[in-house]
Amino acid sequence: MSLIAFLGAIELGLIYGFVALGVYLSFRILNFPDLTVDGSFPLGAAVAAVWIVGGGDPWVGTLLAVAAGGMAGIVTAWMAVKLKILNLLASILSMIALYSINLRVMGRPNIALLADDTVFTPLESLPISRYIVFPLAILVLLVLVTLLLNRFLNSEMGLAMRATGENPRMASGNGINTSIMVLAGMALSNALVALGGALFAQSQGSADVTMGVGTIVVGLAAVIGGQSLIPGRSILVATLACLFGSILYRLMVAVALNSDFIGLKAQDLNLVTALLVGFALVLPRFRRRRRAA
Amino acid sequence: MMRRRILSALLGSLMLNGIVLAGIAHADSVSLGITQIVEHPALDASRQGVLDKLAEHGYVEGDTLTVDFQNAQGDTAIAAQIARKFAGDRPDLVLAISTPSAQAAAAAMRDTPIVFTAVTDPLMAKLVNDMDAPGGNITGVVDAPPLEAQLQLIRDMFPEAQRLGVAYNPGEANSVSQIEKLQELSPGLGFELVEVTASRTSEVMGAARSLAGRVDAIYVPVDNTIVSALESVVRVGHDANIPVFTGDNASVERGALASLGFSYYDMGRQTGEMILRILDGESPGDLPVGTVEMLELILNQGTADRIGYTIPAEFEEQAVEIIAP
Repeated sequence: MSLIAFLGAIELGLIYGFVALGVYLSFRILNFPDLTVDGSFPLGAAVAAVWIVGGGDPWVGTLLAVAAGGMAGIVTAWMAVKLKILNLLASILSMIALYSINLRVMGRPNIALLADDTVFTPLESLPISRYIVFPLAILVLLVLVTLLLNRFLNSEMGLAMRATGENPRMASGNGINTSIMVLAGMALSNALVALGGALFAQSQGSADVTMGVGTIVVGLAAVIGGQSLIPGRSILVATLACLFGSILYRLMVAVALNSDFIGLKAQDLNLVTALLVGFALVLPRFRRRRRAA
Repeated sequence: MMRRRILSALLGSLMLNGIVLAGIAHADSVSLGITQIVEHPALDASRQGVLDKLAEHGYVEGDTLTVDFQNAQGDTAIAAQIARKFAGDRPDLVLAISTPSAQAAAAAMRDTPIVFTAVTDPLMAKLVNDMDAPGGNITGVVDAPPLEAQLQLIRDMFPEAQRLGVAYNPGEANSVSQIEKLQELSPGLGFELVEVTASRTSEVMGAARSLAGRVDAIYVPVDNTIVSALESVVRVGHDANIPVFTGDNASVERGALASLGFSYYDMGRQTGEMILRILDGESPGDLPVGTVEMLELILNQGTADRIGYTIPAEFEEQAVEIIAP
């Protein structure tokens, strides 16, 4: 793996770090398996891309993307909480609907941003290579968002949200409005995912309606993988573990892309990635057992 | 602590491996990185066309040509990672097959020459600003089907036809730009367009059935989703005696009545020619974006018999291939 490929994997891992945080929030904190992310990731990309191509400020476009993602989360939560549709099914409905909505938002399946000013454009004039400065900038934003998220989850409302996910009956018995908590949590979760989508489109130069496929899989791999490699009960450790998982996943893909030297072909990529991630998951357990024996 | 050490050792050894391999790849031969969004007969045929053309001119894969072929398995994030891998490996030239792969390559590399193929609208995709003088490090060949010639073929074979059904996937950039052009062209040729959409292959059957009884002919553009499930459209055509025309020639063998198009293999060969010129020292920015000029008419006699259509002699003479029943 070359340095540029390595940094590229880090950059994508950091961008998908926002997705990992979002999935952590829905899947771990709210105990809500949420497939909406497959639609809210491209939604974020679509909204930002349309705004930017229309001549708007890229930061405003990114904020609009975040807001749109939040709304997608609210719709899913509303179907689950108010219409009493099963969580998973509600999120599937949102995911399917968002495919059409994303096409509507963009007006066509692919919007290119290769020639437009994005949030990354000011960084390109710096004397440092973009391969280094892009991931650094995303890292700064990601650390900021992670710290804010930690602060929120340790606030009074955050604790109420965690209680809602842990034991809804007990939470509402203690006077917590669990419906509001699910709505707010899902909004925040999908807002984070949409932020990831908006940044992805801007760093990669295009928004495509198909780019959301499998977002949930990557998100879950990051959350579950990261947490099993870095176990810990505190929110800070857990969120950092998710980010670590996201970066590790991308590194594994980068390694898989270089696997031709052992006779593997391009079509084996997903299998190799799955094996590498699986290996990374069982490795620590295997070592622990050996040490115990 | 232990865990961290293992991980860094693992990463270290992998990076070392990569560097050693990159060293071998650059020794004494031309290196070509190929990034392709997904494996699919048409895209594979274009890749083969490129490799065959290069081989004829002395760049033989495994000998004087080192090929690093990567396919993103339909995932745009992986396409981005492949582009970054090439940005780091610095092959002599990158071949990007399909729009998303080309966009990812263009975003990641500003110096390495990039040649795209199987891109329908490079202006819309912002790969180039000017088709005649692309500038920068990128040029290529477009796969825009000759829609006007194809509509004219339907008009000539079926002078009475009025309503023309088209099935496409609204999620494919290439299809949407074809549909927009069809909408522009059809009134001039006396067609009224009836559009149906399918977002995945399982929906194609339903979409095709909804056309039965509403249209006089069906046209299938170059659309990955519809072409993957072409048999569903063909069956509807057979059952309702509606002629099915396709934008790509390969589909006629699968039961469409006729197509006036180009082969992806030929497009690949034309792309290969462009690559040869760049390897000879020309700059990609100076090479105009190419279109495939050679059109071939292919007819299916079995389908004609099925729907009770007698192919006029003039078309039989024109056809480069008539598929026997």
